[in-house]
Amino acid sequence: MIEVKGLTRYYGSFAAVQDASFNIEDREIVGLLGLNGAGKSTILRVLAGLQMPSAGTVLVGGIDATVAPDALRRRIGFLPEDPPLYREMRVDEFLRWVGQLKGCTRAEVDAELPRVMETCRLTDSANQVIGELSHGYRKRVGIAQAIIHKPAVVILDEPISGLDPRQIVEMRSVVRALKSFATVLISSHILSEIAQTVDRILVIHRGRIVAEGTEQQLSGSLGDGARLSVIVRGRLDACEEALAKSDLVDGYELTAAGELVSASVTLRGDTREAFVKELVGAGLGVRSVQDAMGELEQIFLELTRAAGAPAALESKQNPVLKRPTEKPVEKPTQKEADA
Amino acid sequence: MRGMLLIARRDLAGYLNSYWGYAVIAAVLLVDGLLFNAIALGNVPKYSAKVIEEFFYFSFGTTVIASILLTMRLVAEERQTGTIVLVDSSPVGSWQLVGGKYLSAMTVLATMVLATVYMPALVFVNGKVSYGHIFAGYTGLLLVAAAVAAIGTFASAISRSQLVAGFTSVVITVALIVMWLLAKVADPPLVDVISYMSLFDKHYRGFMRGQINTEDVVYFLSICFVFLMLASRFMAARRWR
Repeated sequence: MIEVKGLTRYYGSFAAVQDASFNIEDREIVGLLGLNGAGKSTILRVLAGLQMPSAGTVLVGGIDATVAPDALRRRIGFLPEDPPLYREMRVDEFLRWVGQLKGCTRAEVDAELPRVMETCRLTDSANQVIGELSHGYRKRVGIAQAIIHKPAVVILDEPISGLDPRQIVEMRSVVRALKSFATVLISSHILSEIAQTVDRILVIHRGRIVAEGTEQQLSGSLGDGARLSVIVRGRLDACEEALAKSDLVDGYELTAAGELVSASVTLRGDTREAFVKELVGAGLGVRSVQDAMGELEQIFLELTRAAGAPAALESKQNPVLKRPTEKPVEKPTQKEADA
Repeated sequence: MRGMLLIARRDLAGYLNSYWGYAVIAAVLLVDGLLFNAIALGNVPKYSAKVIEEFFYFSFGTTVIASILLTMRLVAEERQTGTIVLVDSSPVGSWQLVGGKYLSAMTVLATMVLATVYMPALVFVNGKVSYGHIFAGYTGLLLVAAAVAAIGTFASAISRSQLVAGFTSVVITVALIVMWLLAKVADPPLVDVISYMSLFDKHYRGFMRGQINTEDVVYFLSICFVFLMLASRFMAARRWR
């Protein structure tokens, strides 16, 4: 649905985006992840037809952004970080106006409006003046204006910023609902939030795409083995002995809390099942084994830190993950320390 | 064309839903009324034609000020509030955006200008006035409103804030008005060019006296075209900057 090749965008002499290339399939939800100033919004604005690329090709449904920008804009729904709303208008009046501005007839908008209201959970607020709505509701109206013309691609720039926890949960379900009829591209700098909504993540740093893949792939890209967060019942020394003896374990860190021991373990290869058998065999009560998803922020920081060197982009080893050729610097494992 | 009308319709509603449009129109009608009573009618007996001429003389000033005040917000306000994104991400050309904005401002301005028609109509009570004189005067006022609104639309398109837009409009409009002063000290052939550009002295005085000259009409329409085209080109070029 979206094909971007060698996208570069300059503001004066500053390159906000450099040589970015990626593809997004139809009905896929993809997250664009990066720190503030990384170039996320620039990519989204180019895809939405608000800005032209300085170099490279942007195709949305086969339509070139520079050749047929108006045709591209018909296929795109865009919500910037601050929803563009006329505060004095009523919700339904505003959506009707936007729908017609996007090229729909009045009859088409009237037919589409109930579905959009339902998708964005705005049915009860149809007659309310936008200026009187809460921040969360304004975000929903922002999404509604982005989908009122039934676009093939919906682009949401930081849709969850400024929302409270309850609104975030609601917004996630609204975004997931968009997948039923559109390809969705979301930007965020909050990794844990984006990870719960998207099918795939593109990591951007200093204007370059430094990694892409699923959450698990990104996590795995930092090492050859799986990273686990394990909680067992047993003595600390027994647990340490079991891990130290194991050939499956590359490194570990232990924390004792009463009769429970928490272990952060790095395995040699994806040997999770065998590792759990070893723990049980050692007489330890396995309470919980999870992928170390709590370290997402760390993964992101390591990816972006390692990508500081331009060479990081040139890795051809993995066609999915454009991970750095150099491994990120890691703390010595317990085994190394013991040795 | 459809996009232009949609933008004009929304902007017009924006004027009607805010105090700004009403405040400007009310202030202009009040000032026009006071000036009509104090200057045009005055205490000295005059010919009716002279009363009408003086009415169109000061109405020029109030129309120029109203045009600047009503147009400085057109694009700059949308940029400040971020709603310009709605139009930028829609399949609407920059000329439609500029045209729609201009059309809404002109609708308000035309309503305001024509709302003053009761003043020259009052002259009929005790005097004798040519309908043609009034028609010519209002044609001139509408052309002035159209030209200054085009300048205001351009200034608003290139400015980030409404204040800067208003200031830019004032600078361009005043420069065009005082061209006759510059023409006094210029040498031929430059004097002809500068004199021709004089918005008030060269091209408006005829309307005040009840004359409609094609040259003057072309001048005002040229200003509209040039500044609206510049505004449109500027809006289109933003996508590449």
